[in-house]
Amino acid sequence: MEHIRTTKVEQVKLLDRFSTSNKSLTGTLYLTATHLLFIDAHQKETWILHHHIASVEKLALTTSGCPLVIQCKNFRTVHFIVPRERDCHDIYNSLLQLSKQAKYEDLYAFSYNPKQNDAERLQGWELIDLAEEYQRMGVPNSNWQLSDANRDYKICETYPRELYVPRIASKPIIVGSSKFRSKGRFPVLSYYHQSKEAAICRCSQPLSGFSARCLEDEHLLQAISKANPANRYMYVMDTRPRLNAMANRAAGKGYENEDNYSNIRFQFVGIENIHVMRSSLQKLLEVNGTKGLSVNDFYSGLESSGWLRHIKAVMDAAIFLAKAIAAESASVLVHCSDGWDRTSQVCSLGSLLLDPYYRTVRGFMVLIEKDWISFGHKFSERCGHLDGDPKEVSPVFTQFLECVWHLTEQFPQAFEFNEAFLLQIHEHIHSCQFGNFIGNCQKEREELKLKEKTYSLWPFLLDDQKKYLNPLYGSQSQKSAVLEPNTVSFNFKFWRNMFHQFDRTLHPRQSVFNIIMNMNEQNKQLETDIKDLESQIKQRKNKQTDGILSKELLNSVRPESPALKATLSLKEQTLLPVNDVLRTIEGSSPADNRYSEYADEFSKAEPAVVSLEYGVARMTC
Amino acid sequence: MEFAELIRTGQAQAELLRGPEEPPLRGTLCITGHHLLLSPEPQATPDLWLLLLRNVDSIEKRVAGDSGTITLRCKDLRVLQLDIDGVEATLDIARSIEALSSLESVITSFPFFYRPKGLRLGDAWHFHPPECYYKRVARETNAWRLSEANEDFSLCPSYPRAVIVPRAVDDSALARSARFRQGGRFPVLSYYHAPSGTVLLRAGQPLTGPQKRRCSEDEELLRGVLAGARPGARGFIVDTRSPQAAKQARMTGGGTEAKAAYPGWKRLHRPLERGRPLQESFVHLVEACGDVEQSMDRWLNRLESCRWLSHVKETLSTACLAAQSMEQEGACVLVHGADGTDSTLLITSLAQLILDPLSRTMAGFQELIEREWIQAGHPFQLRCAHSAFSHARPKHEAPTFLLFLDCVWQLGRQFPLSLEFGEGMLLALFDHAYASPFGTFLCNNEKERCLCEVRTRTHSLWSGLSQPKEQRKLRNPLYVPNPLAIWPSAEPQSLRLWQGLFLRGTRPPEPSEVAWEKVWQIVTDQEKTEGSQPTDSASEPRP
Repeated sequence: MEHIRTTKVEQVKLLDRFSTSNKSLTGTLYLTATHLLFIDAHQKETWILHHHIASVEKLALTTSGCPLVIQCKNFRTVHFIVPRERDCHDIYNSLLQLSKQAKYEDLYAFSYNPKQNDAERLQGWELIDLAEEYQRMGVPNSNWQLSDANRDYKICETYPRELYVPRIASKPIIVGSSKFRSKGRFPVLSYYHQSKEAAICRCSQPLSGFSARCLEDEHLLQAISKANPANRYMYVMDTRPRLNAMANRAAGKGYENEDNYSNIRFQFVGIENIHVMRSSLQKLLEVNGTKGLSVNDFYSGLESSGWLRHIKAVMDAAIFLAKAIAAESASVLVHCSDGWDRTSQVCSLGSLLLDPYYRTVRGFMVLIEKDWISFGHKFSERCGHLDGDPKEVSPVFTQFLECVWHLTEQFPQAFEFNEAFLLQIHEHIHSCQFGNFIGNCQKEREELKLKEKTYSLWPFLLDDQKKYLNPLYGSQSQKSAVLEPNTVSFNFKFWRNMFHQFDRTLHPRQSVFNIIMNMNEQNKQLETDIKDLESQIKQRKNKQTDGILSKELLNSVRPESPALKATLSLKEQTLLPVNDVLRTIEGSSPADNRYSEYADEFSKAEPAVVSLEYGVARMTC
Repeated sequence: MEFAELIRTGQAQAELLRGPEEPPLRGTLCITGHHLLLSPEPQATPDLWLLLLRNVDSIEKRVAGDSGTITLRCKDLRVLQLDIDGVEATLDIARSIEALSSLESVITSFPFFYRPKGLRLGDAWHFHPPECYYKRVARETNAWRLSEANEDFSLCPSYPRAVIVPRAVDDSALARSARFRQGGRFPVLSYYHAPSGTVLLRAGQPLTGPQKRRCSEDEELLRGVLAGARPGARGFIVDTRSPQAAKQARMTGGGTEAKAAYPGWKRLHRPLERGRPLQESFVHLVEACGDVEQSMDRWLNRLESCRWLSHVKETLSTACLAAQSMEQEGACVLVHGADGTDSTLLITSLAQLILDPLSRTMAGFQELIEREWIQAGHPFQLRCAHSAFSHARPKHEAPTFLLFLDCVWQLGRQFPLSLEFGEGMLLALFDHAYASPFGTFLCNNEKERCLCEVRTRTHSLWSGLSQPKEQRKLRNPLYVPNPLAIWPSAEPQSLRLWQGLFLRGTRPPEPSEVAWEKVWQIVTDQEKTEGSQPTDSASEPRP
């Protein structure tokens, strides 16, 4: 708390990011240990978690005060004007300190308390059980077994304790192979396709340099292809661009030489590295944050940022992977450099295309736990949870979510969850409110005792599941099938609801999803009502054969339905006062009710009059 | 009938290619005066009416060996590919299609022959005359009257017989104002916004010329408009050209209102693209949408350089400006460009959709199109003579109406509950505007329609669209009446390419159609469960 010099500043103005006139809301700014809070004249609250702050900027003093621009990792941008420079300076310095913590123990998750007891917390952590998940896939089986080689993190620190490997791969082979792989990340099972008997395996790049080879590694690969009785050959996908992989050879790393490995088909897929992705996102945010942006600048900016090109590259790689398994029954080994960024993207997306289970709410959580959290995607470094090396920050997981979003757009009925679910997860990889995404690998998480000191996100999402359900889910054809997305360029679109989640003026003001959801629920409710009443009638009839009673009963229930309908339509039509609409900003509340607020945001089907500037302001003067 | 002379071969054996998913369909290809049809081989299957020949925008023929291939690119942006047996047959069929699809004459066109079952000639033609709209206006104010000064189309050939004008202005003043406006299009009422008591007017440009002529009757008319609204009311003249273009127009006899001559009115320039550049933008966009192989960067680059979405943005924000001036500034608005038959109508019709809840209903939208596009004299025949595939040199073609539909689509995307009609309606309007069995979009204005007797000799599209079997396609299942103005966002991030239209030919639309069907199902389920009651069988006592 030593960082907080001022806790409250009055008469602060909040500007709309895209407004061309200088309309603003006036209110009071509060600084708490965990949040920045702005309450405007309508008592509307805007909460900003310190961990969400990506950058704070103090602009040059103006006549109305000192401008403070805060950019958040969830793509919210707020622009305050603080009347006194001194206050502004204090807040600026406090935020600089508060938004970058030096120690894990200072993160919000370690102080966050959703009023659960220890048993409930532990239960929450046990909700997703990966051993159960491997069992669901059908391992261990006659070809694959659980290896205890990494039980004490001796072979690879960044892998989980439980690893599945081909049954015929002995421990010396595993140890030998791990020495030949970057960071000891030897080939292990990521996903097993039961009916095709093919596997997705993952690892890091081999330390092949220009000519080195390793017999154990070659044996391990052979064991993987032998574990697949359906197909003799296997694919090895290097997700890097060929040039990058070649350059790595000079540093004693590199890629598999097809001559040394029998029966492999080697393939580069050309996804760029974390640094390219970081600067691509940076460029994208610069473009879409511009005020008064023209259509041409937007599209040329979108093009030059390369963001959608990268998304397409990830998607193409996942499709290649899924096809190899679904069409050729061939096992695939995926790696990049260290095998925790691009490899996670491709393996998880590929499994999502193949297995409908991962397209359910719970299955998606399992997928993230498996391919991202357990296999050591460095969440804390990539999301910049702590004050560390800015070069380690990269939107790799955000890209994964965006790919999934694109899939939901192409297959509107194939996913049990909706866009809000993806946005909520994105919110929490940065929030540090829950323990799931803290740390860079399982070993580190155990050392931090996260399961004892923090809460898991998943039970909270499941409790609120209703908000994240896709009402259109359930067409049999899309539900069970292997998804074959079309990746022609037209199908890639700017994800407005991600990048402008908090810019209300850019949103469509009515949400279809919630209406359909409501209707669906009402249908179900009414149907059960009908059944209830029917059985009631039956019972009564059995008791007394008096027909009049059942008629009465009938009449007494009829008025219910129109009333229900009336409430529904009333809700939709609730009109907002004109001034209220500019309350563009709204956000994460300190406690867990963040979800509900968010969903309300989305559901408000307000046909409201919004004061937008189309140039009248300028013309009247 | 002279069609027979144009048909070189009536029949040929052919194979219709139906994309990579489905097998080609083999059968006998037949050409009639207006249609191309295919009788599939097994005789039991019904004939397939491939298309209206009028719909063909360009033909590409290729011969190899003893067979040929014809690719028909249609005005509705669909592409059809036929493999035909025999080189001669291929060439003959191609030549016949070419000749028949480019017939200029209106009265030999298909609508004059189309006699569908269940429809009566003359139905729905008198659905939307200006009198109906006047009745609505008269209920709110008596400052306006219905003038029949244009009864014989002598004042303005592109106006309907009756127009709504300020009560204070008599017919002789109208005649003089008409002479001072391009095409005789003197300012008339387009929309009365009851909550603010303001009006939306449209006109042609004033013929000020290099001498800066004035016309006192025209000035009186606009003064009357302000006086009729409320004391001290102001007005905005939205000129859809740039200040330079408006100034240049003076050299050719046109021009724009001088400030001093029209006190209380303030001029705003909001340049909108029109004519050939707009057509080229359309052509480039469709070209880009046809290339499935291109890289991400190339696609984004082409999407940018065709400028189509820029036009959508400019149009929407100008319409919002007009609507906002009325609703929030309480000012009257007069819109004109040069002719007042293209971008002017774009703005006035969109402003009404934004402000007027009635125009967002199924019937109201049809009325809007009838009143603000067809009767207001948008030259459909000239503008829609060719679509994006034609190799002919563009003369008067411009996709102004398509731009309007695209803007409405954007509105519908941002307010998915507020329009009673769905995307299907917009697509249908696009199709029918370019080639239709109905007479609604024939000719360029009311005068021509009267001469051709369109109203008595063809069927109206509106009666065609009111058929019960069409409703599921056309309606928005989620519609909830919304009494407020709907203000769209015109930021580039909020606009999207209308994939349902522009990617028609390249993208299989199945998943979204299935989803749409599911939405319908949920909505109808809802109606069913709400209306249902315990079944009889349940109320019977068990034995």
